[in-house]
Amino acid sequence: MPENNSVHLTIDGRAITVPAGTLLIEACRAVNIEVPCFCYYPNLSVQAACRMCLVEIEKMPKLQTACTVPVAEGMVVRTDTPTVHKARKTTNEFLLTNHPLDCPVCDKGGECELQDMTLTYGTGTGRFDEPKRHRDEQQWSPVVFYDRPRCILCYRCVRVCGEGMDVWALGVGNRAILSTILPNAGDHLECEECGMCIDICPVGALTSGAYRYKTRPWEMKHVGAICTFCGDGCRTTLGVRNDRIIRGDNRDASGINGEFLCIKGRYGFDFTQHAERLKTPLARIDGELKPVSWAQALETVARRWRAIQQQGGRFGVIGSTRALNEESYQLQRLARQVLGTNNIDHHRSADLPTLYDALAGTSATGSAPPLAAAASLKTASAVLLVGGDPTYEHPLLAWNVRWGYRLSGTRLYVLHHREIKLRRQAHRMAVVAEGAEGAAVRYLAGQGGAVAARLSAVGPAEEKRYPQLPPPDPQPISGGLEEFKAELEKESNVVIIFGSELRGDDIRALVALGGRLAGQTRYIGLADHSNSHGAADMGLYPDLLPGYESVSDAAARGRFEALWGARLPAEAGLNQREMAEALDRGELAALYVVGANPLRLDPVNPANLRRSFLVVQDLFLTETAKEADIVLPALAAYEKTGTLTNTCGEVQATRRAAAWPGGKSDLEIIHALARLMGVDFGRPDPDRVFAEIRAHVKGYNVSVVQLAAGRSALAVPLNGAVPHRSAPHLIRSNHDTLFSDGTLGRYSHAINEVMEKRLLLPGQAR
Amino acid sequence: MSVFSPTLDAKLTRLAEAYPQRRSALVPMLLYAQDELGWLTPEAIREIAERLGETELAVRETISYYSMLRTHPVGRYHVQVCTNISCLLRGGEELLQHCRKRLGLEQRDVTPDGVFSIEEVECIGACSWAPALQVNYDFHQNLDPARADQVLAEYRQKA
Ligand code: SF4
Ligand code: SF4
Ligand code: SF4
Ligand code: FES
Ligand code: FES
Repeated sequence: MPENNSVHLTIDGRAITVPAGTLLIEACRAVNIEVPCFCYYPNLSVQAACRMCLVEIEKMPKLQTACTVPVAEGMVVRTDTPTVHKARKTTNEFLLTNHPLDCPVCDKGGECELQDMTLTYGTGTGRFDEPKRHRDEQQWSPVVFYDRPRCILCYRCVRVCGEGMDVWALGVGNRAILSTILPNAGDHLECEECGMCIDICPVGALTSGAYRYKTRPWEMKHVGAICTFCGDGCRTTLGVRNDRIIRGDNRDASGINGEFLCIKGRYGFDFTQHAERLKTPLARIDGELKPVSWAQALETVARRWRAIQQQGGRFGVIGSTRALNEESYQLQRLARQVLGTNNIDHHRSADLPTLYDALAGTSATGSAPPLAAAASLKTASAVLLVGGDPTYEHPLLAWNVRWGYRLSGTRLYVLHHREIKLRRQAHRMAVVAEGAEGAAVRYLAGQGGAVAARLSAVGPAEEKRYPQLPPPDPQPISGGLEEFKAELEKESNVVIIFGSELRGDDIRALVALGGRLAGQTRYIGLADHSNSHGAADMGLYPDLLPGYESVSDAAARGRFEALWGARLPAEAGLNQREMAEALDRGELAALYVVGANPLRLDPVNPANLRRSFLVVQDLFLTETAKEADIVLPALAAYEKTGTLTNTCGEVQATRRAAAWPGGKSDLEIIHALARLMGVDFGRPDPDRVFAEIRAHVKGYNVSVVQLAAGRSALAVPLNGAVPHRSAPHLIRSNHDTLFSDGTLGRYSHAINEVMEKRLLLPGQAR
Repeated sequence: MSVFSPTLDAKLTRLAEAYPQRRSALVPMLLYAQDELGWLTPEAIREIAERLGETELAVRETISYYSMLRTHPVGRYHVQVCTNISCLLRGGEELLQHCRKRLGLEQRDVTPDGVFSIEEVECIGACSWAPALQVNYDFHQNLDPARADQVLAEYRQKA
């Protein structure tokens, strides 16, 4: 860094050097000098509302707010003088004028910044003897409550909702002692219900409907789990008491998501305690599903499977987009080695094999992997988004894109058939006809003729869901796709995000486009669920082994055959749709469904279904489970330890937070069934399975130390061409929104009871 | 469709373009709107928010900051009696009580016929001629109960 970009100053007698433009409060933090603050929050605009951060600066007549003053050359600062101490005490006393001091019942008690500051910097007494102004608490939504007397008016909630979320649902009303936070819809909120305002509140003024008055923070154990909903892979810190999850938040900013969580990661955990959750195995007896013991259920499965094997019947296996990597890996082993079939698939929502195949030819050009971690969006110079709708379907990625736009000057290019909300941060937004995204990409890649497009003007259509949003900045401009192309071609080191609109050859065109752009282009393919990407990596495909190696590639297959000491089938099997068709024709003798609901996507006539032996393991009696012969109650991700791979390809470790007495993990069930079928998979120990994955699945030789430390590791399974039968019609995104998420979403009270659910149903406004 | 008269509509359009930052026009626009409508109706708030590209919430924040801006109807003649220090010392409080009684507004703020409403306000800048009251934008000063009756009677006549 050149000398003129550094600033030298003295804080409490210590000489320090920091980059120019650093705020004084950050300079203090850099050398571990604590300056108490309430309204200051890193990466939000400065507010200077609370006056807690006053410090002495030589040559300045009055105390200064350290949160607003940028460092200057030669500045001499004191944070530990009698004047500063007195200022802090007085400010603290003022903040407590009307504060109810109901810490013994307040949710925040024990983790409250006001409590901590008062203990450390306050006087412990107050001179006001007037009665305190009391106001009743207000419920603004099923998940957001506001206790006005506790509010210290730091504006953090207002700023995180506006600047961070781009929702602008909170404001400040009135003046002076009557000031109060206001929700956007008069007496309630109409917003994304993310709860970011609650997490960021330094006191107990904003509290969560899910958690309030349930427990005290020190009575819970706090477990870092990976969110089981969308594919973004946020870490949600689960507060657990007596093996039940009581709270989800991420106030410690651990994980790839920093402080971010959406409504699902924060409140959605309640599906684990839903009354309809399966507690025991069920078996179809006289046409009805009846509770049976685990031993009975598992033995029935093994007995029937053996009989079918002896008769030469065909098997099919459908894996899960939420099961952990270890479980998906062992599931495909069970299919291939024990059941002897490649008829295995999962609900595909991103055409990753085609992406990796297309990248295989290009990866030699760059040294860094052509995949982008979620965090890279925060600093990217340019992002191209084709299809998808991150705001509602990949909330963390949207948060990061907005972050980049706000703090790093990221130029965002959006190519879409709808004026999605992220156009508000777009540098250019091209709207094409629905389904024309692929053609537009080909045009941008120089492979095809012009496509009708218009560069979007600000359209209110989408935001009808909320009262109003302020106009985006900058205003998108008019023009055609040529203009978009010309602008895009000026960029380098672009991160490209693409939705399920692009599949098959469209993705090849996208990679060609990326190849034409300067620098290292990196890609993120949007996949629906918490381990959709992992399911693909772990080989839940009829023609691909783990790591995208072909089942008919003798060398690759041979490696796994040697590892497991068994012959594996070399012929590609049936995909999910083909398995459904085979079931309908009575040509599939057995189907084993693990954490999936395939009959919802590919319905099969129930009468024809009865001719097959259907085993389903899941948390709830899904449409598919209702038709099963045996139903096995499984565990939720929050009840398991292992790894998941997010939509970007980042592997992360998740830890068991809660328990569900009746259930078993998919891993335990798969191992038990393998043993009953005469194959020993060893102890169902996720660490051992992950060790095997690291050693044998391309791209997964990631650092366990990094994972154990709570960080993510990018798995890059690029290994030459991927000989995959691309099946574009099988790429089917659920388009889950903030308020839905496949089966699990249906069983979370929290995400179903917010009123926005009605405004934002999947498929609506699309 | 604007909720405002064509004249005001044109004026607000000019105002919205008059400042380097559009939102700077907010307070003047609110005042003109309130003058025409008597109070800031939800429709007026929505329209002004739209004209300036602000959220309704942002407009409501501003309105709630200023006590002169109101979101509830008042009478055609809005009587604002000052009880701040100078007026208080010279009988402002008694003046307020007297006016309330005379207008029959002891328990409510607006007369049933909507002609008068009353509000206790802070200093209106007429301290030298305290006690003072203001009806809409007109000042009436050096008041005692008898003179106040006269003032109110004049407005009653106009109504
Ligand atoms: S829940 Fe989220 S969107 Fe709603 S007001 Fe709070 S920060 Fe804003
Ligand atoms: S509600 Fe909390 S975050 Fe919002 S201003 Fe009050 S104290 Fe700050
Ligand atoms: S963004 Fe996705 S991963 Fe993150 S909390 Fe929400 S649903 Fe979970
Ligand atoms: S932290 Fe500086 S004024 Fe609040
Ligand atoms: S105190 Fe009444 S006008 Fe100033």
